[in-house]
Amino acid sequence: MSPNTLPFSDETRFFTPMAWLRTLVRVTDLWLFGVVLALLAISWTMLVSAGPERVESLQSHIALALSLMLLTAVIPLRHIVRISPMLYLLGVLLLIAVALFGDVSKGARRWLDIGVARIQPSELMKLAVPLALAWYFQQRENALRAHDFLIAFVLLGIPVGLIAMQPDLGTALLVTAAGLYVIFFAGLSWKLIIPAMLLAAGGLLAIIGFGDILCAPEFDWVVLHEYQKQRICTLLDPSQDPLGRGFHVIQSTIAIGSGGMWGKGWLQGTQTHLAFIPERHTDFIFSVLCEEFGFVGVLVLIALYVLLIGRGMTITITATTFAGRLLAGAVTMIFFTYAFVNMGMVSGILPVVGVPLPFISYGGTSLVSLCIAVGLLMNIRHHSRLIAQG
Amino acid sequence: MTEFPHPGQILARFRRRATVAMLFVLICFGVLVARLYFLQVVRFDHYHARAEGNRMALLPIVPNRGVIRDAKGRELARNYSAYTLEINPSLVKNMDATIERLSRIVTIEERDRRRFYRQLKDSKYFESVPIRTHLTDEEVARIVARRYRFPGVEVQARLFRDYPEGIHTAHVIGYIGRINDRDLEKINENDDTANYRGSEYIGKSGLEESYEKELHGTTGFEQVEINAGGRAMRSLSSTEAQPGNDLELTLDIELQKVAEDAFAGRRGALVAIDPKTGGILALVSLPSFDPNEFIEGISTQSWRALSDSPDHPLLNRAIYSAYPPGSTFKPFMAMAGLETGRRAPGQYFSRQGYFSFAGHTYYDHKSKCQTGVNIHISLTYSCNIFYYQLAQDLGIDAIAKFMRPFDFGHRTGIDISGEAEGVLPSPEWKRKRFKKPEQQAWFGGETLSVGIGQGYNAYTPLQMANALAALVNYGVMYRPHLVKNIIDSRTGERRPVEAEPMRTIKLRKRNVTTVLKAMADVTRLGTAKTAFRGATYSAGGKTGTAQVFSLHGQRYSAARISERLRDHSWFIGFAPAQDPQIVLAVLVENGGFGSVSAAPIARQVMDYHLLGPQGEEAAESTDAEADAATTASPAQ
Repeated sequence: MSPNTLPFSDETRFFTPMAWLRTLVRVTDLWLFGVVLALLAISWTMLVSAGPERVESLQSHIALALSLMLLTAVIPLRHIVRISPMLYLLGVLLLIAVALFGDVSKGARRWLDIGVARIQPSELMKLAVPLALAWYFQQRENALRAHDFLIAFVLLGIPVGLIAMQPDLGTALLVTAAGLYVIFFAGLSWKLIIPAMLLAAGGLLAIIGFGDILCAPEFDWVVLHEYQKQRICTLLDPSQDPLGRGFHVIQSTIAIGSGGMWGKGWLQGTQTHLAFIPERHTDFIFSVLCEEFGFVGVLVLIALYVLLIGRGMTITITATTFAGRLLAGAVTMIFFTYAFVNMGMVSGILPVVGVPLPFISYGGTSLVSLCIAVGLLMNIRHHSRLIAQG
Repeated sequence: MTEFPHPGQILARFRRRATVAMLFVLICFGVLVARLYFLQVVRFDHYHARAEGNRMALLPIVPNRGVIRDAKGRELARNYSAYTLEINPSLVKNMDATIERLSRIVTIEERDRRRFYRQLKDSKYFESVPIRTHLTDEEVARIVARRYRFPGVEVQARLFRDYPEGIHTAHVIGYIGRINDRDLEKINENDDTANYRGSEYIGKSGLEESYEKELHGTTGFEQVEINAGGRAMRSLSSTEAQPGNDLELTLDIELQKVAEDAFAGRRGALVAIDPKTGGILALVSLPSFDPNEFIEGISTQSWRALSDSPDHPLLNRAIYSAYPPGSTFKPFMAMAGLETGRRAPGQYFSRQGYFSFAGHTYYDHKSKCQTGVNIHISLTYSCNIFYYQLAQDLGIDAIAKFMRPFDFGHRTGIDISGEAEGVLPSPEWKRKRFKKPEQQAWFGGETLSVGIGQGYNAYTPLQMANALAALVNYGVMYRPHLVKNIIDSRTGERRPVEAEPMRTIKLRKRNVTTVLKAMADVTRLGTAKTAFRGATYSAGGKTGTAQVFSLHGQRYSAARISERLRDHSWFIGFAPAQDPQIVLAVLVENGGFGSVSAAPIARQVMDYHLLGPQGEEAAESTDAEADAATTASPAQ
């Protein structure tokens, strides 16, 4: 790896604005950037309909997120990988602090008051865990053995366990997914993957098949909290409690279905504007899109996600370092997981877990971390290209 | 030592895994697209309908109920506006606490609470439910001043029903009341559910019940867009409510009050009919009650007082209580004799002092009835023996057959419900009435009792007045009715009720004239002459006494038996005799002889109807004299 090929290497050019601009142009992947801009345009359009009072703050979120995306793209990847174990350790310490001193809200201990702001360390782990795992596997490149995977599972298990105890099942699942993607790309044997997937599928079928018994009020699920059990049970039969827990699912399904092929038109969604859709500017914004832009709008959105993920996969395959490959693959699959879980829950095929629709749902933290992830992808791509040229 | 794979191998494996991951992504998105296609394209109609259903609510606009006026345009049932306190349940989080706090500002009784919760259960969640009605101005002010503390609580002006003549019209107009489960069932049966959405009241008795369809009107609807909180956001369209039709009665409320006053606190009933139309001029049943108490649901205490009273004020004696007609049946018996040819007007009978049948001998001590008795004399002086003989000659079947068209023993079809059939006795009736074979047989002696209006005979005052109206009308019979016109609320058009005769009973004019002349002599010379002394018009009539208590051959002495067992007093009559404008039947419960109690009431009513208020006052002075004179010569 020649130091000349890195953007930070030539210090005379580093401080000139033109050099900055040239670097930016070089690192920016137009495919990713274009898709993200298109998604952000949709986000803005939907927010005008679902929560016009928040449009202004969305604009500043976008400005911040895009800046951080480009910043992430230009910081040399190896620096990022190098600090990732530190990030991971910091995250775990914060999670322990949350468990000890955290603020309780809505029955869960998730927030940590650090004086200047309240932070949610579990958010940090969504990127810190795959980064740390990629770092670990990078260390063991070409000498991977079975016990390395065991260590990886332990590294993953610690933060997931802490998050699940808060309890925050949604985030725990997402962090698990991020970690598993890294482990999967690192080459975990199919002999382990296939039985695990069969076990998960079996469990799912059992829940669906024996839903009546499992959802009986006296049946205790032991590992899950009562409200988490309710979420899964509501999915199995939303009509059981139409004005309570099932209300969200029923009303969002009505919104989606009544959109039809072409939708009711922008700002014309009755379910949206008469407040039948809960959380319509955040987790349920997908049903607003379905209602106002119909099936055609859905196809456009899914096409954009496919483009995003496809581009991510291309970057993954062409990445030249092991850590880059693992990281790019995991980040790409995280986009997919967010998008699929959110759309799945809003359209009633997955339980309601608090997962935002990537780039569309209103929410600064989520948008910033997603854009940092895109920045990572761009970074990996740029890095690979330099090596290929070199 | 483990063999580590070649980097190229690792790369190839990695690419395979990336391909698998991409495939997984595409499959998952495929499932999602299929799901959304199902929801948005396949099931679009279903969800579209549900979204519209969510969005829109039909709010009923309750129509104003029709007004009821008497023959001279005086309001008997009307609407007035009053403030109610209502709660919109969709805007109230803790209902119990809200009501508790409200009750510190205005009186909310336990009864109001119970009714509120009952109604709340049946109402849609975005519809306001009243908790207090008839707020005073002070209460309104107190609530309005604290309105900001009670989201979802509103003061509304609503229309209420009022019966200004209250106690005088209870048995005619009846009353409305809150719709209960039984009413709801009936509404559903009649497919009126939509029209009663939002309606709280329905006619429960009297004209309010029988003309419910006319009075209620057509409910209007406002289509509003509502949000998830149930708040109406904007009106999309509305259909005006169509107010109920007004009723114009044949009844004269002043005449009604005169009649009631004439009863002077005694129990009884009076029905006055215009024979030319069948229109009812007065329909009295005493004692009465205040129908206004029933509208909002009567208190248990008041209800007890009414239902436990030995005087039975809730009973509509005019149409529901059947009494033996006593001698008021004789004019109809006389008609039967004449029409069947068993008797002729000029046919005299001697030796009328006693009558023997099956070993019993019946006596008649009245001097005029001893000998030389014909139809005319028998009616004028109410001779019993003459009618024993006539009944025996006719036989029970012929009597029943002749009486049937006059609606004796059948409902007259008056336009309020709750009418009794009465009893027109016949062997057939007796077979149906009794179960044991030994009770089912008809005895000859029973025919004799029927001949003088006693025995099984039992008719309502309405039936007596109605039959007499048919008689003075020479057989032309109208269905008795209280409503003259239904006034269309939209066009103002008057739709007459019962304008055409119901049937015509074939009667020979000469026979009718014979009976009516004899009845005119009843008030001139006969049993009612004291009551009609000094009348400036000629009237026809017949007194009667209905036995309450069988004396088994002992002489009747009013003084010796308790008041409740005394005979009922009857009078039926018409005036003016030449061209009757009013026909009436009066019954005074336990009033004794008809000439004493019932006939003077009839006189006062006729005076008022024919002469107006002045005539009635003039007659009152002669009444006092008459009262002093009557007890001397009681006649049956």
